[in-house]
Order: sequence, then C-alpha cells, then structure tokens
Amino acid sequence: MGAFKLGKMTISGLFKQPETVQYPVQTKTPPTGLKGHVTNDVTQCILCGICQKRCPCGAIEVSKPNRTWSINRFRCVQCGSCVRECPKSCLIMEPTYAPCSTAKHVDVFEVPEHHKSEDVIKTSE
Amino acid sequence: MGKATIIPFGPQHPVLPEPLHLDLVVEDEKVVEAIPQIGFVHRGLEKLVETRDYNQFIYVAERICGICAFGHSYGYAETVERLMGVEVPERAQYLRVIWHELSRVHSHILWLGLAADAFGYESLFMHCWRLRERVLDIFEKTTGGRVIFSVVKVGGVVRDIDAAQLAEIIRVLEGIKQDYKQIMDAFLKDSSVMNRTVGVGYLSFEDATNLSMVGPFARASNVPYDVRSLGIGAYGSLSDFEPIVDAQGDCYARMKVRALEVLQSIDIIEEMIARIPSGDIAVAVKGSPADGAEAACVVEQPRGECYYYARGNGSKNLERMRMRTPTSQNLAGMVKALEGCDLADVNMVILTIDPCISCTER
Ligand code: SF4
Ligand code: SF4
Repeated sequence: MGAFKLGKMTISGLFKQPETVQYPVQTKTPPTGLKGHVTNDVTQCILCGICQKRCPCGAIEVSKPNRTWSINRFRCVQCGSCVRECPKSCLIMEPTYAPCSTAKHVDVFEVPEHHKSEDVIKTSE
Repeated sequence: MGKATIIPFGPQHPVLPEPLHLDLVVEDEKVVEAIPQIGFVHRGLEKLVETRDYNQFIYVAERICGICAFGHSYGYAETVERLMGVEVPERAQYLRVIWHELSRVHSHILWLGLAADAFGYESLFMHCWRLRERVLDIFEKTTGGRVIFSVVKVGGVVRDIDAAQLAEIIRVLEGIKQDYKQIMDAFLKDSSVMNRTVGVGYLSFEDATNLSMVGPFARASNVPYDVRSLGIGAYGSLSDFEPIVDAQGDCYARMKVRALEVLQSIDIIEEMIARIPSGDIAVAVKGSPADGAEAACVVEQPRGECYYYARGNGSKNLERMRMRTPTSQNLAGMVKALEGCDLADVNMVILTIDPCISCTER
C-alpha cells in the first residue's frame, strides 16, 4: 500500500532523452522490411496477371492489350501476396510510405514491349 | 429504496472506444440490472469466405481485431491447416508463438494503460503506452507492420526472424521488464488504484463457470482455464506452463492477472527464442479443402479463448468460417458483475473484462 508508487519513474523521466521524435522535423529511419508500398519494375513484367488473381482486394489490374499494369493504392492493404507470387520477382515492396494523395487515382505503369528500362513511363489517371 | 431509473451508457462513451450500449437500471446509485445491446459495427466478415479463397481470407481474418490481429490470423491458419491436414514446420510454429505472445504483451500493457486512464491516473497511462510502443517497434522490424502484420499464411509464416533480430528482441524485452516492474508496482500496490478496484464488480467462481467465462476474466475468478496449457503447436514444448489465477474475482484481481501475464508472456518468448529450431518456415499447400471436411481450433487470445470452425466444400472457397471471440462469451459475465455495483464503478467493471465489441460483431 501507499501512494506515489510511480514517483521514481516519473522523476527520472525528467532527466532522460525523450522517447518521441519531433515529427516532421525529425523522422525515424524505416526498418528494411517495412511494408510501405508496392512498385513494379516494369522492364521485367510479363503481364501474366498472377498478381491480379492473388490480390485479396482487387487492387491490381493487368491489361495485356493496353500493356499496362495499374494499382489502386486506396484498395491495397500491403499484404505482400503479389510480391511473393510474382513469377518474375518484378514487384517490390518499398520500405517507404507513398506520399499522401490529394485525390483518388490509380497508378498506371506502362509496360514496354521490348523490355528496355528507358521506355518506362509512369502516368496517373 | 428509490424508484428505478434507466440510464443509457454508450454506444459512444468517453471511457470506452467500443460501441457497446447498456441500459443501466439503477435504484439510487446502485445498478440493479444491465441490459446490453450490440450490433453497431457489424462488418459481415464471415460472409466474405464466399468471395475470398482460403489463402486470401487470412487477410480478412486478421482484420477482425486490431489488437489481436496476429492471433486471429494464427487461429485461422491453424484451423485451415487442420482442415487440409497440413503439417507446419516446427520453426514456423515457434515463430507464431513468439509473435502471438508479443501481441499479448502489447495488448495487456495497452489495457493496463486504458484502465489507468479510466480511473484518472494519466501519467500511469502514458508510461504504459510508452512501453507498449517498444513492442510495436519489434513488430515493425520483424514483420513490416505495426498493427496488421500479414505474416502468417496457410502452411507456415512468410518471414523468418534471424538470430540477430531474436537477440534484439530479448534485449528489448529485458528493458521493458525493468520498467514494467515499476509500473506493475503502481497498479498492484498504489492506494489510489486499490481504492477504485478492490471489491468492485465481483464475479464468483460458480458464476464464472456457469456462464462459461474465458480468459483473464475467468482466471480472476479462480477458473484455471487457459488454452495455452492444452499445448497446441509450439506451446506443447514449453518446459512448464501454469495458468495465472486469482480467487478474489473483483476488478483488482482481473488487473493483477493481466499484469502478471505480461511477465509470463515475456518468459515464454525468452524460452521460445532459446529453443527455436532451425529449418523451413513454410510448406507449400496445394489443392482445396475436401467437400464436407470440418475442423475446429481454439487459441488463447489476450482476451481469452477464441474458437474457430471451418468447413470445406471442395472448392478454393470455404463453405463456412466461424469465429467465436472471447468477448461474446464474457458479455454475460459482465452483466452479472455489473449487478449491485455503484454507478460510478460501471466503467471500471466494463473495462476489466477488456471488451472488444468490434471483434464480437465481426
Ligand atoms: S505477377 Fe509479376 S510478371 Fe505477372 S503481371 Fe504481375 S507484376 Fe507482371
Ligand atoms: S500488397 Fe496485397 S493488397 Fe496490395 S496490391 Fe499486392 S496483393 Fe493486392
């Protein structure tokens, strides 16, 4: 019994470094395995559509005729299934969060015919 | 004796972020009856098995609850593995237990903080959540997520924890333990905490067993039931496991059981890390559950026993997936414990069952 059981911890807290960071002036470095956002290295993509089939949220749309691979980031839950299942390992989970969006849109990646990295164009719809 | 009055409580109430509505029948300042009502956040998650295959449903299962997210994906995977007769590699079983116990540590510390907040001890609340943050950092480093991990799959787990990270977990947990012991002292010995909790919201052993209470709520009424003692998965290889019980049956006992379970979980994690075997972390799962095949499984979530049931229909989609979450059991006991308490103590009694209404309704 007795009060002020937390006294020691509270007083020593006055002399310790803060556990929080002054965001956004300071930021923490994201850990390497962080599930940030999915990107596609389109030079490798063969538009097989497996990622679209595996995605539990219907976030990915692969269009063979238009040669596009698109992702609706508002639907994606960062589960990582597409990254694991891609046969060409061209999907990557980047360990940074995508910047905030100001409008709803779908990220469309155009997949080049001859797999040259210079041809990569990313547009937003 | 005064006239009976009905005082509504919730579904939005400062003490409880959960959408639970209670009609409190009070006479003077005493509650004579509590009539609960839920159904404000029904999400229809069980129905989604019809449109998501058994591999995809795991991401739905882990969204049942934001705090026991790992536990639900673990329980679901375990059930489907039984349904399909899949043998999970030993290392994966150990990793699952490590993550599951880490979830328990953060869930209980979160709850202790909420309890402190409910009786107005703000600094204690902040210290609890400060400690919990370190567990979330472990999750972020090992799974890539802080709340939803997506790290379990049918047949194993998707990520390994390497030796350096395991050593880091031990180091962080040792640090947490040092600070946590002081916090626990405040919860269990501080007079201002005891004034609010001792003798409040009593539930007898008979009531707890008759109403089939589960989890720390039951164990605080001396019911020695903890699913972990059944030795499912890697829990079977623990050198010894005794459920933590208390005979007092009041709010203080429930707090004490949870406070001690944090230390117990840390011990389990340390033992698991010391004995984790090397090897594969997943096996390939092919095919679909057979038509009419059934499987059931229980997992000890931070709030108590959760029951899972699955039935196959020969296709990739399950015929039925059913979860019975701990709070759906414990609501009956909560209503019983509320009878006869002071109106001012209602929030303490409700909090000490650690209700999770969102997972109850799914
Ligand atoms: S699975 Fe990989 S290769 Fe196939 S369409 Fe998706 S990103 Fe392209
Ligand atoms: S990470 Fe998951 S939800 Fe997001 S696009 Fe890939 S499969 Fe779909």
